[in-house]
Formats: sequence, structure tokens, C-alpha cells
Amino acid sequence: MADGERLPAMDFMRSEPMQLARIIIPMESAHRAISYLGELGLFQFNDLNKEKSPFQRTYATQIKRCGEMARKLRFFRDQMHKAGVTSSNLAYGSVITLDELEAKLGELEAELIEMNANSEKLEHAYNELLEYRLVLKKMGEVFNSAQKKATAQQREQEHRRGEGSIDSPLLLEQEMETDSSKQVKLGYVSGLVPRDKAIAFERILFRATRGNVFLKQDSIEEPVIDPVSGQKVEKNVFIVFHSGERAKSKVLKICDAFGANRYPFTDDVGKQHQMISEVTGKLSELKTTIDVGQHHWSSVVQSISHQFEQWKNMVKKEKSIYHTLNMLSFDVTKKCLVAEGWCPVFATNQIQKTLVQASTDSNSQIGAIFEILHYKESPPTYFCTNKFTSSFQEIVNAYGVAKYQEANPGVYTIVTFPFLFAVMFGDWGHGICLFLATLILILREKTYSSQKLGDIMEMAFGGRYVIIMMSIFSIYTGVIYNEFFSVPFELFGPSAYACRDPSCRDATTIGLIKVRNTYPFGVDPIWHGTRSELPFLNSLKMKMSILLGVAQMNLGIILSYFNAKFFRNDIDIWYQFVPQMIFLNSLFGYLSLLIIVKWCTGSQADLYHVMIYMFLSPMEDLDDNQLFVGQKYLQLLLLFLALVAVPWMLIPKPFLLKKQHEERHQGEAYVPLGGLDDNLGPELTDGSHGRHEEFEFSEILVHQLIHTIEFVLGSVSNTASYLRLWALSLAHSELSNVFFEKVLMLAWGYNSVVILIIGIIVFIFATVGVLLVMETLSAFLHALRLHWVEFQNKFYGGNGYKFYPFSFALIGDDEE
Amino acid sequence: MYGFEAMTFNIHGGYLEAIVRGHRSGLLTAADYNNLCQCETLDDIKMHLTATEYGPYLQNEPSPLHTTTIVEKCTLKLVDEYKHMLCQATEPLSTFLEYITYGHMIDNVVLIVTGTLHERDVQELLEKCHPLGMFDSIATLAVAQNMRELYRLVLVDTPLAPYFSECITSEDLDDMNIEIMRNTLYKAYLEDFYRFCQKLGGATAEIMSDLLAFEADRRAVNITINSIGTELTRDDRRKLYSSFGLLYPYGHEELAVCEDIDQVRGVMEKYPPYQPIFSKLSYGESQMLDKAFYEEEVKRLCLSFEQQFHYGVFFAYMRLKEQEIRNLMWISECVAQNQKSRVHDSVVFIF
Repeated sequence: MADGERLPAMDFMRSEPMQLARIIIPMESAHRAISYLGELGLFQFNDLNKEKSPFQRTYATQIKRCGEMARKLRFFRDQMHKAGVTSSNLAYGSVITLDELEAKLGELEAELIEMNANSEKLEHAYNELLEYRLVLKKMGEVFNSAQKKATAQQREQEHRRGEGSIDSPLLLEQEMETDSSKQVKLGYVSGLVPRDKAIAFERILFRATRGNVFLKQDSIEEPVIDPVSGQKVEKNVFIVFHSGERAKSKVLKICDAFGANRYPFTDDVGKQHQMISEVTGKLSELKTTIDVGQHHWSSVVQSISHQFEQWKNMVKKEKSIYHTLNMLSFDVTKKCLVAEGWCPVFATNQIQKTLVQASTDSNSQIGAIFEILHYKESPPTYFCTNKFTSSFQEIVNAYGVAKYQEANPGVYTIVTFPFLFAVMFGDWGHGICLFLATLILILREKTYSSQKLGDIMEMAFGGRYVIIMMSIFSIYTGVIYNEFFSVPFELFGPSAYACRDPSCRDATTIGLIKVRNTYPFGVDPIWHGTRSELPFLNSLKMKMSILLGVAQMNLGIILSYFNAKFFRNDIDIWYQFVPQMIFLNSLFGYLSLLIIVKWCTGSQADLYHVMIYMFLSPMEDLDDNQLFVGQKYLQLLLLFLALVAVPWMLIPKPFLLKKQHEERHQGEAYVPLGGLDDNLGPELTDGSHGRHEEFEFSEILVHQLIHTIEFVLGSVSNTASYLRLWALSLAHSELSNVFFEKVLMLAWGYNSVVILIIGIIVFIFATVGVLLVMETLSAFLHALRLHWVEFQNKFYGGNGYKFYPFSFALIGDDEE
Repeated sequence: MYGFEAMTFNIHGGYLEAIVRGHRSGLLTAADYNNLCQCETLDDIKMHLTATEYGPYLQNEPSPLHTTTIVEKCTLKLVDEYKHMLCQATEPLSTFLEYITYGHMIDNVVLIVTGTLHERDVQELLEKCHPLGMFDSIATLAVAQNMRELYRLVLVDTPLAPYFSECITSEDLDDMNIEIMRNTLYKAYLEDFYRFCQKLGGATAEIMSDLLAFEADRRAVNITINSIGTELTRDDRRKLYSSFGLLYPYGHEELAVCEDIDQVRGVMEKYPPYQPIFSKLSYGESQMLDKAFYEEEVKRLCLSFEQQFHYGVFFAYMRLKEQEIRNLMWISECVAQNQKSRVHDSVVFIF
């Protein structure tokens, strides 16, 4: 624990030591203290008022006020959105208190609402006039054309009458005369109706008046803003002629029902012109008024936008402070608030300093009291991570948050994860592509982290350091595999082999002789394209996978030793760690040894045969397959050890646990209080069972049985599982080979520029889409699985819970 | 008749069933109601509701809150959910969903017609209409003077037209006639819905016939109780009963002649499913009957979620949600009018 430092030296192997603390804060400095603690962000408050509902708590009114302010801010945001103003981040405004802010927000909201109401009224009038003008124009046209037609008809009729045609009905004249004498004055209603309702409107009109109306409609080309709703709607101008008062009232009602706006209209042409000019005059007047209002409005919104972010943050902070205050309980005198929560041990001084600061700043006579409590439940898990390690830690956390202070696989994951990935993705051409792509993300980190990215981009950006490690490692393994987009290069000098004579070109290794020293690093390029390339690479990669797998599983078991040691659990060391180690290494450790010996000696022994007959007939002689002297006796010993290890794992532990439990129980019965304090702490967090739980022997036995079977079978199946390293690496190199040979080389062979270009395009898309994206994803998932299942099941409990300190930095992104 | 609906149901109905079950888990629980009942002001209610599924609908409401706003917003949520489901639905589920709203349509028609009869403003009436029962030309209802006109002008275009054609008289509209019209329409609607569900077959038919039968029986009891002491003749009364349900036909014969509430009770206690409802009431009491029926209904609706691969869940969800909104309305009214002692009178817990 370092004094005065912001963070201690990174102890990433285990989670930070935590303590349960109680803070007693005088009422007057409580708000400030909590706010300072929020800035510090190292204290997790426990809810002491769980039984109270949200509005029964002390600070419910303040929270309500904050909610109200947040609502106002949302209203402002909508207004800003409407005005097309984005909130600027420059927070220059002076610091204001919450009460001032509340008053100010209220004022601004009222102002904006009033302005909106006014402008709405004006807009309403404006749109109405616009519609009116449209009606006047359209109907004027209709009337004019109708009048012309009518006069033309009349003239024709007169003309005909003058001719005295036989066709003209004799009664016509009579009828016309009577008509004019008792002519009924037709009433009419004109206005605008939304186009999608026009047909229903017409139908209802027809039905309601039994067809005794004449409806004339004309569509308006551009959508009109409806005065009532303020939305752009396509409308029709209509005029309805009707006769009689009852029909009129019906028509009016129907118009209302259909949201058709009615406007008065005259059939006098002179009056029409006069009205049009009047309306146009009013319109221009209104327009200037609206513009002025709009200008004022946007200036207000603009001024809000300058401080919007600051206000928003402030309200958010205040709300979280009051939420936290609600979790505190009163002490007996009602003058102090009592907080309880977790904090890392290293933060003790910082927290105390903060509390002192808070009480001096708020001129409180009594300082806050910070005291450390004993705890019974397991503390939260807290790792201090930085931007590089956090994504690796997230990989581990996705499986399960570490138990308090257990060994953290995240440390090893930083290297092993990208490395296992790279074993499956070994191609330094692809590695470089991936590296460059990720490098862009890292170089533009600042800009990207502040803006919203898409789902997939977000994921790639979050894991940028994982990906860059993966790409660096895959360049490394790619050099070992000697593949650059599946093409080998003679990077480290010429190949060690050469042809004895020109006839050996037919791609076999038979005719080759070794002319130089062995190729210094990685795979000799001469293997490429030979008939024995695949068998050679398969054998290499398969053996390598087993070596890597056994190594990683051993690491896992060793970590279980460190766990057991840390929690002082001797039973686990002697009856779990030791037999597991023996079992795994006597079988697969031995296999790894054989592989290495075979590589070093160049022996032709068949390892399958050795391993299989080690079980089937251990007494038989090894003949050709013997790799070293005394192998048979070593095998017998190892087999014996493996067989012994199984009951060793299975039987003693449950009995020892039972004994331990009985002893402890006895002790408790006699000294209930003394025994309690001694074995608090680590004792509690160790076992598979808590102190107060019932000890169920059969359950423990079955549990242990399952564990043992799982380990014994698992060591076989997990080793086999590591062969996926070989399989995926094979698939990757074969795929890239296919794309290179069958697309790029084939296109090259045609000697045509067009085909070559097409070939290159197809090659690029296939490489990026399949190899760089899909293969990366699949290799990533397989590496993830190898870590979660094969590695972590050897030691990792992962049943802890995370440390969530009250911190302003963390509350920023919970909304929206 | 059980087809192999489990095999094919999910092709079209699976997504929406999942959606509706998800919605169901958003219904308020007894714990929520307990908290709501302890609220002191409407703001407390709002604060509590913003922590539930209603959050996005209520959080932007300015603070002096009214009961109507709460109810309106909660209804809006129901309507949004309904519209979403209707958009996603294929036949025959979409028809089924439309059937659910016809009841509201009838209520709205009756509301507008009664309103215009008493010369209320149409816009005001439109605001009171349930948004699920809206149709395009609903405002035109105000034009109609008698039932024939009503039918010929407006309703002929709506799905209610076939129900209406059965009850056309050329009598003028008055309160009594409108009430008879409502019940006739409802009877026709329930019968039609029942037939439709029978046509669908399978678990839908089984569950829906149970739910609809309960609905029909409840209506029969309500009609009987409401018509006691009015000029409605026995024959007319019998005509309003739906022709299915547990009470059909013998119970209807007996209900038709009932003269007071205790006779109704005597009739109903012969039917075991309704016995517990009436045994809770003391003699001569009809106030608590509504609540008892609602409780029974909620119980039945909740049970329909126990079975899979049928459309009854949609009906049940809509009904439960409406009950929830009624509860919220009651609670907020009680809180607003400082009648907190009566808060438990009419709240029906769903879970």
C-alpha cells in the first residue's frame, strides 16, 4: 500500500485488497462529501435502506426535482434539435448552485414555451391564410371557367333558338322561364380537405344529402401545411353546392368531422381579386412577424446550447449524489448520516483526505468519521486496469468475474490469447494488414472515443489493443510458417536443400539433398508446393499444438496451486494440485517429452503406437519405437503414477473436509465468540461451502466425484481440443493458398489486363472478406474457447462480483 | 379438435407470441401496486411508473400532473404495442387482433351518439373515445339523427356493419334505445367473435370459447341487473343475451324473469364456476359484483398464458393491460382526491 499515490503499483495478479468501511458524515457536509467521493470514484456504497420504497427515502424530493430538471433539459435538447444547433462542449459558464439552475431552467422553459405558443398561433394564422389564398385562387379559376362555359352554352342555345332548329325542345323555353322565376338560391361551402380522406368525404356527403349536392374538387400540387396539426399534408380544394338549411348544417358537420377547413368565398370576380390582394398583404405582414419571432427563438436556443452540456452533467451528477444519499441511513441523533460500503485498501488515505477536504470546505465543525469494519460476506473484485489491460480483463470477465483475490487469468491472457490466435492465423501478410487497420484505430483513438460508432466498429475499437497484439503475434507466427499471402519467402538466407539434378523438379523431396546448414528460422521455403508439404506441416503443427496445450494446461494447474496457497488451503494443494499435476504430466507431459526427443534425435518412432500400447500392453517391448534407454520402465512408472493419482484425487478430500468441519463445529460450540473473529477473512472465502451452511457429506462426495471424472476425462479431451490450433491454421493456409493460386495466379496466366484486374479485385475481396474478417473472427472465438474452457477450468472460480464504485466518470453513459 | 398446431404455429405466430409474452412480463406486479398505493401525490406515482415499462411514456410530462394524462399515456403505450403487433401479424391473427378492438368501437359509437344526443361538442367527445376503437369517419356519427341514418351514413363502412344490420329500427335515438343498441351490438359481436374462434380451431378455440363464454355470461348478468325496474320487457331482455356461454340456454330463461338481485344470485349459484363469485357477496349487494367479476376474469386471463401456441394470449394481454390501466386510473384518482382509504376498493391485482 503506497501512501499518497493516486494508484499503487499495478498488482494485476490478484484483485485489490478491499475493506468494508463506515463513514459517518454530519448532515451539513454530507452533500459535498458525497460529491467529492464521486469525483474520486473509489467507494462503493451499500444500500442501507433496502426496505424503503424510492419515495419514502430522505432525498426523494430532491431526486424528483432533478428528474424535473432533466425533463426540461430534454425539452431544450428537442428545441436545439429543431433549430439544428448542436451543444458546444465549451463549459465557460460560472459555477451555479442547483437552486439557481432550477430557477434558470424554469425561466428558460417558460420563455421557450411562450415563444412556441406565440409562434404556433402566428403559424396557425399564417397557414390558414395560405390555405385561404389557395382556395380563392383555385375556386376563382373554377368559377371563371364554369362561367365561360355557361356563357358559351347560352350563346349556343340562343344561336340555336335563333335558328329555330327542329331539334330544340319546344318546352325548353318555358322551363327556362319558370326556372328563373322560382330560382332557388344555392348555398355553397368551400375549403380544403386532406386528399386521403377526399373520397370518403365525397361518399358521406352523397349519402347524407341523398345526392342533392354538387361537389367540385381540385387537387393542389404541393403539400400544404395544415394549420391545426402543423404537418405537411396533401390536400384538395373543394366547393360543395347545396340547397336548404338542413343540408347546410349536415354539410358543415361533415366538414368538421373530416377535418376539412372551411373558408368563405364569393362568386363576384371583383371581390375575389380584392380578397386575394388583402390576404396577400396580411400574409407578408405575418411572415415578417414570424421571422422576427423565429430569430429571437433561435438566439435563445443558441444561448442555451452553450451551456447545455454543463447543465446536463450537473443535473446528472446531482441526481446521482441524491441517489447515493438515499442509500445512507441516519444515526441515532438524526444529525449524521451513516454510509457503509467497500473501498480498496490503498484508497483509505485518499478517502480520508477527501472527507477532511469536504468538511473544511463546507465549514462544518465536526469532521466525518471513517472507520473500518469487519465483514462476513465476500468483498467485491476490483482490478486496476488501464486502457491496454482492460480489454484483456474484459475477456476474462465475460466468462465470470474473479472471486475476491483469486489468481487472475487476465495477466496470462495478455500474451497467451494473442499467441494462440496467431497460431491459427499464421500469415505475416495478413498479419500486416490487420496491424495497419488496427493502427489507424489506435492512432485516431482520441477522435473515435468521443464519437458514436456503429455496433461492429464499436467492438473492433473496444478490442483494438487485443487486435493489435493478435496481429503482431500473427506476423511472428507467419514468419515461422513462412507464409506471406501463402507465398514463402527466403527471408533468412537460401533454402538448405537443392536438387541433385534437373529432373527432380517434379515436386518431391526425394531428389533433394541438403547443401547448406538447416534453414535458420521457421519453415524452409522449399517445402512449398511439394507433394509432401501437407504431411510435413500437419505433423509439425499437430505436435506443436499438443506442446502448447500441455504447457497451458500445466500453467492452469500451477495457478490452482497459487490459489490454494494464497487461501491457505492445504487440502487443495495435497489432494488436488499434486495428483492433478502427476496425472496430466505422466500421460501428456510424457507425450510432449517424446515429441521433443523425436524432434531432437530425428528418430522415426511411431508416437501413436507408443502411446496406445503404453496402455494396452505396457509389458511389451518397444522394438523400433524406442526413443531412449529405459523408456519401457519409465512408461511403467508413469502408468502406475497416473493410476494412483485418480483415487488420490477422489477419496481423501471429502473425508478431510468432513473432519475439518467437525473440528470447527466443536470449537464453535464451546467458544462461539472467540472463534468468530479468528477465522474471519480468508477462511471464509476459501471453501466450496460457507460457515453456516449445513455440511452435507454425500453432496461433497458426489461433487468431488464429478470433479475427478471431469479432470480425468478432461485432460484427454482438452488435449484433443488444442488440436483445433492445428486444424484452423491448416484451414487458413489452405484457403489463402486457394485464393492465391486459383484466383490471382489463374488470372495472371491469361495475359489479359482486364482479366488480371478482375482477378486482383476478386482476390482482394476474398482476402479481406474471408481471410481477414471471417477467419479472424473464427480464430478469435477458438482462442477464446481455449482460454475459457481448457485453461480456466483448471483453477478459475469466476464467481465473484465486480466493484462498482460511485463515480461521476461512470455515470456519464448510462442514459440514452 | 387438436391439429398439429404446435408444429406450424411458430411459422407465423411465433414471433408475436414471444412479443406478447414479453409485454406480459412488463405488467405491474403486486409489489408495484403496493408501492403505488402508498404514494402521496401524483408525482410519486409518476416517479414510480417511470421505473417501470411506462417510463418512456411518462418521463417527459411536465410536473403538475393530472389523472387523465397518466391514463392517456398508459393507454398510448397499449395502443402502440397493439399497433406494432397488428403490423406484424398475418392472417388469421390479424383478423383476430382486429376483433379485439370491435368492443371499443361499439363503445365509441355509443359514446358519440349519446353525446350528440345531449348536444355535447364532438371534439370533446372524440377525446374521450378509446383510441383502439377509432375509425376514420367516427366524427361523422354526429350527423345521424336516427339509427337507420347512423347505419347508412357511417357504420356501413366499418366492420360493425353486419352486427348493426340486425338491430336497425327507424326509431329515433334516445337513451333507452341506445343502450339496447349497445347490447344488441355487443351480443352480435361476441357471437361473431365466438364463431370466428371456433373456426380457427385448436387451442385457440378452446381457450377463447372459455374466455368469451365468461364475457357473455357476465354481460348477461349485468344486463339483468341493470334492467331490473326498467320498462324493458322480459322478451326484450332475453333477446340481448348472447347465444352461447355457460348460462345458455336454461340460465337465460331463468335470468329473463328475475325481478331482483337475489333472484339473479339464486340463478347464478346453480353454476359451480360462478358460485365462488357470488358466495363472496352478502345478500342484496351488487356494488362489489363488478370487482368480483373482474378478479375472476383476470384469473382466467392469466391462466391462458399457461398454454402455448394459441391466440388467446393476445386477447388476454389486451384485457389485462386494460385492467391495469383501470387500476392505475383508480389509484391516481384516489391519490388525487385524497381518498386513500378507498384505494383498495377497486384495484385488481394481476400477479
